[in-house]
Amino acid sequence: MTVGFGLALRPPTGEDLMKTVTKSIFAASLMLAGSQFAYMTPALADGHAKCAVESGRISIVGNEFPAIQTVGKGVMECAKDGVEVKTNLTADHQKINVAGMTGNPAEYTSAIVANSSIVALMNDDLIRPLDDLVAKFGGNLKPNQLVSVNGKVMAVAFMANAQHLVFRKDILEKAGLTPPKTYEEMIAGGKKIKEMGLLENPLGGPYAAGWNLAQEFVNMYIGHGGEFYKAGSAEVSINNEQGVAALDMLKQVASLSNPDYLTHDSNGTSAEWKAGNMAMMNMWGSRVEPLKSADGSTEEVAASTDIAGPMTVGGGSIPATTLWWDGFTISKNISDEDAEATFKAYMHAIRPDIIKDEEVSKQAVWLLDGYQPTDAAKGVFAAAQGGAKPYPMLPYHGLLHSALGAELPDYLQGKEDAAKTLADVEAAYNAAAKEQGFLN
Amino acid sequence: MKHKTFFWFFLPTGLAMLLFIALPIVSVVIQSVYTPHEQVIIEVENCGPFGCTKATTVDNEATAALREAQPLGRFVGLDLYFNRGHLATQEIAASWSSSASIGEFFSDIFNLPFYRALAFTLTYTFVVTPLLIVLGFVIAVAVNNLSTWLKGPVIFFSLLPMIVTPLVGSLILFWMVDSRGVLGAALQYLANDPGLSLKSSTPLTWIMLMVYGVWSSAPFAFVVFYAGLQTLPQDTLESAMIDGATRWQRIRYVVIPHLMPLVTFVALIQLMDNFRVFEPVVGFKAEAHATTLSWIIFNDLGGETRLLSSAATTSVLTIIGIAILLLPVLVRTWRDFNAKT
Repeated sequence: MTVGFGLALRPPTGEDLMKTVTKSIFAASLMLAGSQFAYMTPALADGHAKCAVESGRISIVGNEFPAIQTVGKGVMECAKDGVEVKTNLTADHQKINVAGMTGNPAEYTSAIVANSSIVALMNDDLIRPLDDLVAKFGGNLKPNQLVSVNGKVMAVAFMANAQHLVFRKDILEKAGLTPPKTYEEMIAGGKKIKEMGLLENPLGGPYAAGWNLAQEFVNMYIGHGGEFYKAGSAEVSINNEQGVAALDMLKQVASLSNPDYLTHDSNGTSAEWKAGNMAMMNMWGSRVEPLKSADGSTEEVAASTDIAGPMTVGGGSIPATTLWWDGFTISKNISDEDAEATFKAYMHAIRPDIIKDEEVSKQAVWLLDGYQPTDAAKGVFAAAQGGAKPYPMLPYHGLLHSALGAELPDYLQGKEDAAKTLADVEAAYNAAAKEQGFLN
Repeated sequence: MKHKTFFWFFLPTGLAMLLFIALPIVSVVIQSVYTPHEQVIIEVENCGPFGCTKATTVDNEATAALREAQPLGRFVGLDLYFNRGHLATQEIAASWSSSASIGEFFSDIFNLPFYRALAFTLTYTFVVTPLLIVLGFVIAVAVNNLSTWLKGPVIFFSLLPMIVTPLVGSLILFWMVDSRGVLGAALQYLANDPGLSLKSSTPLTWIMLMVYGVWSSAPFAFVVFYAGLQTLPQDTLESAMIDGATRWQRIRYVVIPHLMPLVTFVALIQLMDNFRVFEPVVGFKAEAHATTLSWIIFNDLGGETRLLSSAATTSVLTIIGIAILLLPVLVRTWRDFNAKT
């Protein structure tokens, strides 16, 4: 019921990446703190025959988008006498997972994370290596599902995600355009659509100040071939040619977007898309499925929404996007018995069988054995094949991401030039990194 | 009251205050002078679904040893208070010596996160507080003059903005002032400017937030003043009428002086409330145009890597800010109190 409150503010199709959305929902859930327990429904259902867990405690915290709900449901099937199972799937998972795994024994035996959010857990030494559990019980896992750091498996990934091009076939046809391969083509196409009077603000994307905007910069900077840090150190270096070019391209996209773009997170952008106001955008793969439904939109928009691989920028060969995985980790501060129970429950929840269900297979780009890419997955696959880089999994990158999200709006609003903004980002990052002990 | 009686009477309250007010403040102050240990970073190879990359990670064993030695973290004294995220003394000094004009100096200052937030927080506090007091007073006097059967429903509707949770209220308005929303479209029509967008302009966003602030807090002032109006000395009012005082003169010389202590009370509460303004910034997604001190704390706590010490520092600075802000009101109350005894 409380989940319903969150969903009322957004379509139920979030993914792990959407931080800004969570901010409003976070506050909402604070108000509902009393009913927080409604999230954590203890499983009362009879044990599922196939789940091999015999005893132990399983308690999972993670995001709430459909694919993770599926995994959570699978884990819940392990509940029976002697096996206590709880799942707490909420958009605010990142605000509670560190605290909930710090105690001994930890409240959560596992957190579902992505390549950015695993870092906070590793920084505080809250998750355990999974090598022995994988060797004993991980027979169904493919080698590329194992996320290892320094040779130790720290997480098991079950799905992939990326941002890529989403476009309106009908409008592109009317304007005589083909789906753009580069951002430069997209800008030219956007201008043409605007001049022809087809749409007032033909472009867009999740450019909301904060996490989303920072993510777009990360995409664009990588697309320009930029490196965020001086090799092997936490010393940031983005105030360079690539940084300026990346900012310039963001501004060009913004100039053809709805003027409120700094408030448009993935939900806001999706709403704009569904209202039929946009023709092209760079969007999360996991967000596309709802755009193809006429619910809250029109048949015309839904039927002509199509996707393609991510674009390159500035003559670069690496797509201006990042690759993401979502997967599970297991707490360090719990008994080995509980760790084993949790691992086995996941093995039940993400057994390759689950993707035989057509609905489930469309929920994500599953990394499970036997997964056949659906049509909705071609954008993410194109990103991987095009040589897109994974989002940086570095202990201090979260600090840079926050600094970017806070400082970039000044440039886009024309309050200062690119070099000044980039210098501000570096200064904000340096202050934070010093505080956290990454820099002296 | 005997001292002993007073002691036992006050003990539960005193203990609760110690536990829930004093101790947390002490804890926040301590957290603001300690920061995490210097991180021991090692180069590693990370592998995953997308292949292997060279990366770095925190050496947990080495960090555990550091933690064992100093459980609170590094003592940094007041370093955080003066760093760029807070008072930014170095940046201000550098700007003072390098900027060509006073305007440039101020634009440098308001480019720093703390001062930017402070500027909006103070503007908001000092614009919204008087406006909501005036508006609350006007509503209270108006409602007080209504016929009895109308009073109930009108009071109920006047209280609605306060009943609506701030976050929900601001979200509702957020969609209404959207350029495709009811209010946003109406404004575009009135201004005859189809490109007008409240959310993309800093001054308009500030005005929007302040209007929201007055709207949501005026009912509080209204309720307090309305209660005060019920205790108006009728004798004084009547004698004023016999003396030929006009309606305005009665309000100016009888009603307002009678309500003055309540104005102090409302001002005190609302200054505190408005100084910690937070929900509208989140609800209106206004962070690109307006940030507040509370929002900075929230942002530090909500990032991918949480800046706990930084949040503690901003919290202490906010407490100091509230203390400074309330000082005149408190001094005034103290004087009134002394004058009466």
